[in-house]
Amino acid sequence: MTNPGSGTVYTETVVYSPPEAYVNDVPYQLAIIELENGRRLTGRIDGERAQIGDRVNFVDFRNNVAFFKKTA
Amino acid sequence: MRPVAVVGIGKTAFGAFPDRDLRSLAVEAGHKALEDAHAKPSQIEAFYLGNFAGPSFVGQNHLAPYVAAGMGIIGIPATRFEAACASSGAAFFHAVSAVAAGLYDVVLVTGVEKMTSQPTPKVTEILAGAGDLCGEVRAGATFPALFAMIARRHMYQYGTTREQMAAVAVKNHANGAKNPLAHMRKVITIEQALAGKPISEPLTVYDCSLVSDGAAAVVIAPLERASEFTDKPVRVLGISQASDNVALDEKEDITTLRAVKTSAEKAYKMAGVTPADIQFAEVHDCFTIAEILATEDLGFVKKGEGGPYALAGKTCLQGERPVNTSGGLKAKGHPVGATGVGQICDVAQQIRGEAGERQITHNKLGLAQNLGGSGATSVVTILGAA
Repeated sequence: MTNPGSGTVYTETVVYSPPEAYVNDVPYQLAIIELENGRRLTGRIDGERAQIGDRVNFVDFRNNVAFFKKTA
Repeated sequence: MRPVAVVGIGKTAFGAFPDRDLRSLAVEAGHKALEDAHAKPSQIEAFYLGNFAGPSFVGQNHLAPYVAAGMGIIGIPATRFEAACASSGAAFFHAVSAVAAGLYDVVLVTGVEKMTSQPTPKVTEILAGAGDLCGEVRAGATFPALFAMIARRHMYQYGTTREQMAAVAVKNHANGAKNPLAHMRKVITIEQALAGKPISEPLTVYDCSLVSDGAAAVVIAPLERASEFTDKPVRVLGISQASDNVALDEKEDITTLRAVKTSAEKAYKMAGVTPADIQFAEVHDCFTIAEILATEDLGFVKKGEGGPYALAGKTCLQGERPVNTSGGLKAKGHPVGATGVGQICDVAQQIRGEAGERQITHNKLGLAQNLGGSGATSVVTILGAA
C-alpha cells in the first residue's frame, strides 16, 4: 500500500457504538481525508481530535487501515 | 405501459419479537395483504420478496420460495431482492414494472427482516455490509458513523444544527406514539433527544432508527382490474429506482443523495407532478439527518433548508407537508428489508383515509422514498387516489 501523504479533513465522527471487530477500540475518530491528489480516503485519526478543515499527516497503516495525525 | 394499483396492504407490528421467526412475520403480512385485497393465494402470479440480510441475521437462505410456500403459494416465480435498506423498495419497483409491462396481473410484494436475535455489535457489523468492506468499513465505519459524517459536513456547509435534527426525532416519536403498529410509542422532548447517549458524534441514540423485527406486504394489479379487489385502489402514478457509489468517500458531495434526486426527478416526470404538488411523504429517516437530506433532495425545500424546515414544524402532522406520519423509521421501527413496502402501506393507508389518529386531510397525493446504504440505492414512488 502506498503512503497517502498529507491531506485535509473533509468530514469526521467519533464512534461510540462499534462493529464487533472494533469493540476494544471505542471511542475512535473516523474521518474522510481529502488527499493532495484530490482523492478521498476513509481512515482513522490518532491522538488529538481533528475537525473539518484541519490538516493531517499520514502516520502508518495498521491492518490495512490508514491512520493520520493532526498537523502540529 | 399499463397503470398499476395497490389493491391490498398488510403489515405486522414492528418491534422486538423473540418468539417469532422470519417466515412467520412475512407470512402474517402477506396473508393480511391478501385478505385486504379479498384475494386467494391461488390468484398470485408472482412473488417478490425484499430482504436485506436474512442469511446473516438468521442463517436462512432461498427466502422467497420459502416464504411463498409458507403461505401455500407454490409453482410461481418467487424471487428475493437485496438492495440494503431499499430491498423491498427495489422488489416493489420491479414488481410494478412487471405488472405495468403486462407480464403478470396479480402480484404479491413482501418485505421482511428479523434483526433482534443478534447482539448490537453483530447487528452493527451485518448492517455495515451495505457499505464498502474493503475501504470505509475496514477503517471502522458503521452506518451511524457514515450518517454522522454526512451530518457533520451538512452542519459545516449549511449551518444545520443538532436542534434541527432533534426536531425530526421529536416529531417522528410524536407520530409513532399514535401508530398502534409502531415499535416505540413514546413521546420525547428536544432536551431528551439532545441529551441522548452518543452513538457516533454528533448523532445520539435519538438520531438513530430502531433495530426491529417486522414485515409488510402489498398486492398490486393493473388499475383496470383493481375493482375486483378493492373499492379503494391506490394508483402508482410514478416510480423510479436509481443507484450511486456504495462508498461514502467516493461520492462527490456527501450532503446530497444523488440517487434520491435522480429517482425523484424521474418519478415526478412519470407522474406529471412537481415536488410542490406532493401533499405528504414517508421518507427514509434511518437517521434524523437523512430525513433532512430527503426533504431537500426530493425538492420540497432548497439544499441547506431541510433543518430549518423541520424545526419550524412544517413536516408535523398539522404542518404544510406532513413527513413520516407513521412515525418513520425512527419510531415506527426499521426492520430494514420491510421498510420500503412498509412505506407504501403507510402512504396507501393515508390515501385510503384509514390512518386513525394520524389521519391527515390533504391526503390525495403522497410520496415514498426508500434508501439503501449511504445512498447507493434509492426508490421513489408517487401514489395517488385512483
